[in-house]
Amino acid sequence: MKITVNDEAQDVSATTLAGLIDELGYAGARIATALNGQFVPKTERGRAALAAGARVEIVAPMQGG
Amino acid sequence: MTVLFYGQALSSALMLGTAQYPSPEILRDAVLAARPGVLTVSLRRESAGERAGQAFWSLVHELGVPVLPNTAGCHTVKEAVTTAHMAREVFGTDWIKLEVIGEADTLQPDVFGLVEAARILSEEGFKVFPYTTEDLVVAERLLAAGCEVLMPWGAPIGSGKGLNNVFGLRAMRAHFPAVPLVVDAGIGVPSHAAQALELGYDAVLINTAVAKAGDPVRMAQAFGLAVQAGMLARMADPMDARDMAAPSTPVAGKAFLG
Repeated sequence: MKITVNDEAQDVSATTLAGLIDELGYAGARIATALNGQFVPKTERGRAALAAGARVEIVAPMQGG
Repeated sequence: MTVLFYGQALSSALMLGTAQYPSPEILRDAVLAARPGVLTVSLRRESAGERAGQAFWSLVHELGVPVLPNTAGCHTVKEAVTTAHMAREVFGTDWIKLEVIGEADTLQPDVFGLVEAARILSEEGFKVFPYTTEDLVVAERLLAAGCEVLMPWGAPIGSGKGLNNVFGLRAMRAHFPAVPLVVDAGIGVPSHAAQALELGYDAVLINTAVAKAGDPVRMAQAFGLAVQAGMLARMADPMDARDMAAPSTPVAGKAFLG
């Protein structure tokens, strides 16, 4: 299934956001996620279904002012 | 007199940004030299391969300074609110430095979007630190929206120009005597920070002035000392300025030598 993750095209087999996090190798990382512009809390990722064309954002702590 | 930011006292009136340092080691040494009360942090896209964010988080966590996540780079209410939600989960704090940028050249806040985002986030339990201007009407709206801290700019972000509108900042201090006020943005050198505290501001937020100095660690120490000096001066109640000279040495008893 073709989706975009952090603005990069990806072909993935995961069907949920939780599955995607594992598939892409983010397991255990301190991250936050959004699906199609909506924040998805960690506890909801297992219920967040991915469809073709989904836009996923995965962010982490970064330097800021 | 201890100022509380949403019920929490800070160990220093210096809030220090973590961006633009030459290296993580220099950032760490700058924090140790400045001993800030708060570190500001942000969120950016994470690569599963590089995991840069994880290394940064380890460094910040190790320093043990409370963090204030920002919504830097957000230009709409929706972006800012969503970023705040993500920041709360990642950093485990309901503090948020709310930035809704309205203009590309000056990076001045979109105060209309700022008030709307502040209301949404305050209703959701966030403790909002709004990056605003010195406009008193906007300030009133932010307080009505639930903000208990205000962070007016001194000058445009990263400009280093200091306190561009001392009159406006002074008026804000006088108008909101009980609201914690922080000068955020535009401070270039330690004397600007001391000046803000002497005006009665409760803290200053600095990033570029330290990170982009030739020697960030030494500059961090200088800001730490300036903030201490400014706070002491404020507590000591500065004298009033006057237009004419007034002799400091007593005239009475002076020998007649004419």
